[in-house]
Amino acid sequence: MKYSVFSLLKHTLSGHKNWEPAWRDPAPKKDYDVVIVGGGGHGLATAYYLAKVHGVKNVAVLEKGWLGSGNIGRNTTIIRSNYMLAGNNPFYEFSMKLWEGLEQDFNFNAMVSQRGVLNLCHTDAQRDAFARRGNAMRIDGVDAELLDRAAVREMYPFFDYDNARFPIKGGLLQRRGGTVRHDAVAWGYARGADSHGVDIIQNCEVTGIRIENGKVKGVDTSRGPIACGKLGLAAAGNSSEVAAMAGMRLPIESHVLQAFVSEGLKPYIEGVVTFGAGHFYVSQSDKGGLVFGGDIDGYNSYARRGNLPMVEHVVEAGVAMIPSIARVRVLRSWGGIMDMSMDGSPIIDKTHIDGLYLNAGWCYGGFKATPASGWCFAHTIAKDEPHKLNAAYRLDRFRTGHMLDEKGQGATPNLH
Amino acid sequence: MLIPCPHCGTRPVEEFTFLGDASVKRPTSNDPASMDQWFDYVYLRDNPKGRFDEYAHHAGGCRAWLVVSRNTATHEVYGCVTARDYAKAGGKS
Repeated sequence: MKYSVFSLLKHTLSGHKNWEPAWRDPAPKKDYDVVIVGGGGHGLATAYYLAKVHGVKNVAVLEKGWLGSGNIGRNTTIIRSNYMLAGNNPFYEFSMKLWEGLEQDFNFNAMVSQRGVLNLCHTDAQRDAFARRGNAMRIDGVDAELLDRAAVREMYPFFDYDNARFPIKGGLLQRRGGTVRHDAVAWGYARGADSHGVDIIQNCEVTGIRIENGKVKGVDTSRGPIACGKLGLAAAGNSSEVAAMAGMRLPIESHVLQAFVSEGLKPYIEGVVTFGAGHFYVSQSDKGGLVFGGDIDGYNSYARRGNLPMVEHVVEAGVAMIPSIARVRVLRSWGGIMDMSMDGSPIIDKTHIDGLYLNAGWCYGGFKATPASGWCFAHTIAKDEPHKLNAAYRLDRFRTGHMLDEKGQGATPNLH
Repeated sequence: MLIPCPHCGTRPVEEFTFLGDASVKRPTSNDPASMDQWFDYVYLRDNPKGRFDEYAHHAGGCRAWLVVSRNTATHEVYGCVTARDYAKAGGKS
């Protein structure tokens, strides 16, 4: 059923008692053309574009928990395409363009809100680096504006501009950046994929990968064996565990990243703002809570919860940037497991095993990439070769020295 | 997390800086033929869910390099030895 003002009106008149479930709950079949491991944003988007763009109808998405229980429901909902490297930014800009048409495309209100993403700078050197990145963005056709201190102050008069250590010198603004209702992205893609015939199978954990003569044959799961012609891994923080079932070691470590939301406030912070002198980023949800986060805790973890020192660190950075939030109470905090790659960039590629494809290494930038990641991974699986947008996201780039290291700091698993 | 430092006793996690997997072995040769070993050492990780030995620098205490044994799924800490003792024991905690 198509969602529209008319369907809403019709169901209002019948007391909202007759809405149908947005997707089926099928039992797994014995055999699929393509199986995707991981029912998060990237896995569901991959299935959606496989069915819709490439006409692959016999597809299953296997999710060990419930749909969207991982990082798609644990992020700070920010979308942006303000990268610098040639192998990176066209991909993220393509993602931004997909975001801009996404709700019409999959007929679901994902609350895409292009409210602007502003990166603050605090030194002359940082401003020069922002000018360079902004120019690189504009070469790729992406909007970027370098703001001076007065222009930032006009947008956000309540920041601490004269902080003795970190005075605000200006900022790099991408007006087309913004936020998206993250759960709705999972639900929209799930509903869209399901309507194109994809089986979304929840509570189905993959326990083994069957490979014969260098070719993928299927998977063993908690709900029995499932045969498949092609297998796509989109397991985010659990990528190393799943890849190990195929005998692969990845250039990835799993780390915990915490995020926070405050009590509800009246409209206060219009867009997304990032602190340039520490790791802190904040936006305000439509319910009024400040949604904010910082850096990873700094040790390997699969625990989906962090420790208090990072809570203190993030809050200190936030108060240094916006002193007036010192009295705001934190309502909730949570953690997600990040697949931290060794150069801060992701992997969307074939593997050395025939029919096995890998989508991993998103660090803590995976949410904004969801549409393009699904689109490119679907292309890579359907055509058995990468699209030019994900051509740089090769698995073997670490061996050949073709790293995509935005910060020029690798090899270390704490970049993004 | 509380870390039982062999020099300082049980100390809170914020005093420590973690460097990651202590089980990786630095190749001894600079021969180009050993580049596969270097690739392994620099980039590839087992990244286990469960017991994990990791380097930790007690920056807020004795400043010694240590190896902490910890469960990455539960954050339970099993023990902590100096990096020297860990190496002497052949890379076993």
